[in-house]
Amino acid sequence: MTKLVGIDDVRARTFAFPAPHFIGVQDLNRLQVMDLLALAETFVTLNRQQAKKLDLLKGLTLMNLFFENSTRTQSSFELAGKRLGADVVNMNPRASSMAKGETLIDTAVTLNAMHPDLLVVRHASSGAAALLAQKVSGSVINAGDGQHEHPTQALLDALSIKQAFGHVDGLTVAICGDVAHSRVARSNVIMLSMLGANVRLVGPPTLIPGSAERWGVEVHHDMRKGIAGADVVMMLRLQLERMQGALVPSTREYFRFYGLDREKLAAAAPHVRVMHPGPMNRGVEIDSDVADDPTVSLIQNQVEMGVAVRMAVLASLAARLDVA
Amino acid sequence: MAPKPRTMTARSGANGQAIAFINARMVDPEGRYDGPGSVVVQGGVIADVVRKPGLGELSADIRVIDCNGAMLAPGLIDIRVKTGEPGAEQKETLKSACRAAAAGGVTSIVIQPDTDPAVDDPATVDFILRRARDIELVHVYCAGAATQSLGGERMAEIGLMLEAGARYLTDVDRVIADSKVMQRVLTYAKGFGALVAHRPADPYLSAGTVATGGEFASRMGLAGAPVVAERIMLERDLALAEITGARLLVDQITCADALESLERGKKKGVQVTASASINHLSFNELDIGDYRTFYRLDPPLRCEDDRQALIDAISSGLVEVVTSAHAPAPAEDKRLPFAEAVPGAVGLETLLAGLLSLHHEDRVALVDLMRTVTYAPATLLGLPGGRLSPGAPADLVLCDLDAPFALDADKLISKSKNSPFDGRRLQGQVLLTMAGGRIVHQAEE
Repeated sequence: MTKLVGIDDVRARTFAFPAPHFIGVQDLNRLQVMDLLALAETFVTLNRQQAKKLDLLKGLTLMNLFFENSTRTQSSFELAGKRLGADVVNMNPRASSMAKGETLIDTAVTLNAMHPDLLVVRHASSGAAALLAQKVSGSVINAGDGQHEHPTQALLDALSIKQAFGHVDGLTVAICGDVAHSRVARSNVIMLSMLGANVRLVGPPTLIPGSAERWGVEVHHDMRKGIAGADVVMMLRLQLERMQGALVPSTREYFRFYGLDREKLAAAAPHVRVMHPGPMNRGVEIDSDVADDPTVSLIQNQVEMGVAVRMAVLASLAARLDVA
Repeated sequence: MAPKPRTMTARSGANGQAIAFINARMVDPEGRYDGPGSVVVQGGVIADVVRKPGLGELSADIRVIDCNGAMLAPGLIDIRVKTGEPGAEQKETLKSACRAAAAGGVTSIVIQPDTDPAVDDPATVDFILRRARDIELVHVYCAGAATQSLGGERMAEIGLMLEAGARYLTDVDRVIADSKVMQRVLTYAKGFGALVAHRPADPYLSAGTVATGGEFASRMGLAGAPVVAERIMLERDLALAEITGARLLVDQITCADALESLERGKKKGVQVTASASINHLSFNELDIGDYRTFYRLDPPLRCEDDRQALIDAISSGLVEVVTSAHAPAPAEDKRLPFAEAVPGAVGLETLLAGLLSLHHEDRVALVDLMRTVTYAPATLLGLPGGRLSPGAPADLVLCDLDAPFALDADKLISKSKNSPFDGRRLQGQVLLTMAGGRIVHQAEE
């Protein structure tokens, strides 16, 4: 019988987060990412046992501030906070004074007066998390700002890959779909490149930023070439309003050229694993046949890793508070 | 399917019999050759080409056609042909267009997508190509719409249409006014390496006009668009092609002003090709003097200086492709006051004779003229024809360059007779047209 993970195991691996806030992947260097992933792996084990709860964050307040709809990210942060013993408050700014015209900064000042220690923010505008970070005294964690970054998603993707392959460096990861509008893609390009993966971007030219070649990645417009030999194929969500002739002619044309099905996937490495940040458009960017195949799909693992990496981020940010 | 009786066709390769065209003035723009020569065809392809007088010994089973010095050239490729099928078959059907093409020495046509319904999805591309295959006359290709229903707003199914066989993308006479839409179409098409054609005409300056703005149009009392309407849109398109790196075809360039822009764009390295219609090379705005609606064209006829500049651009190679801009319009569309008439002219049967006028006037070398309707469009669209080399499809036109005739529009094969060449004296009669090794047209003795 394996030994249960307890608070001592966690404390042994917890380190003070290197920055006061977690706005983007570049707040971390490679070693810090490796340390965070190692800590997260402890939480993976913890989360799989019956006794999941620790009191690491006891007395701290975690505030979820989601200006954009989210189910999985918000509940993932909520669970992460609760498992570590924090008091978790979910704000719903869309139904509150923000909807009555209050500015983001007014909201921040108001919330700051309630002294949250950890503030998780999602907002439709790029840079919103950084702006908020300047105005509050607690630690801000970016849970997605516009088309800019979604750093905890990149961490959970890296952890999912590490768990599946044992390492990230040297792997070829093809990120496919609507790169132009994806904060997940931006964070992952930085994260996976930092960890030594070869990153490729695949999609129609209307959905790949013109300057993407200068991101240090390979750019492909032909999906079969783009995923040829890839170890990991990471699909991105395509928003429906972008596929009715604005950026892509139609759903069926998108699926024909960029939807991941068995036929295209055959071009990848035999041991390929498929990822998707969710929620999926089945039959648009991914075929159910691929998405639901547990030998290929890491999509469920990604959700599981999400809670673990968020626990790691919260724990190390809290450790920084202790130091201060 | 039951075999259909063929009235005009005889297949050279049907019984394996080869045909030799001897004693020709052979014009092969690929190698810029204009001189004596012979061509042997067999099994639907060109088997042998000899670029000198005489052909030596021929085996007895070869059928010999003595060209008597007539021009033998690759069959013409016309990349801008409208029909009325589907939706307006009274104007022109694919079959009548194919017959008109064969009579004009045209062996490949590219059907425009502004039909009803528009060719903006793969099923309609497939419909056109299947219909054409059953006709078995000339080679029929098809262009796809750039935007859904040619509406200029939402992208059409570009990738699926290309897969179905569309050769390039165009909204034909419609202008994509929204620069963002045009940018996206170019960007998206670039992913497939596809060519996008666009009419350079500022839609706001051109709205409601029927002539080129200027002294003549105002005397005639016709609403005219300033000639810069063309340059303005061309400059936009060149800039968008430059930043997207896409391939642009400037559809029907007409004026000196725009030619300067084109030249600058090419010097900058923009991937741009331009086409001119035979009408703008043959007529000027004075031809509309008696309000004859066969000269109601879109873009409208320009002044003589513009026409001369366009001819120079053909000669220099700045404008690489010439089309017939075949646009059939039946009498009910043309027998109207000038401004109310539907614009456009038929041209499949007069494209070659119209071009040859520039040869007879010593304005452009014959081989350079022929290049604009053979090798240049073939290269542009990746078509197999347009050249005289072994292995190429046996697409040929044999033409008596000097034979004079006066065009009688009523005798045109096309279902619509709206030819601006009606009554004009022309030189150059098509003696024989061969497409894919089949003789699809032969002049009456």
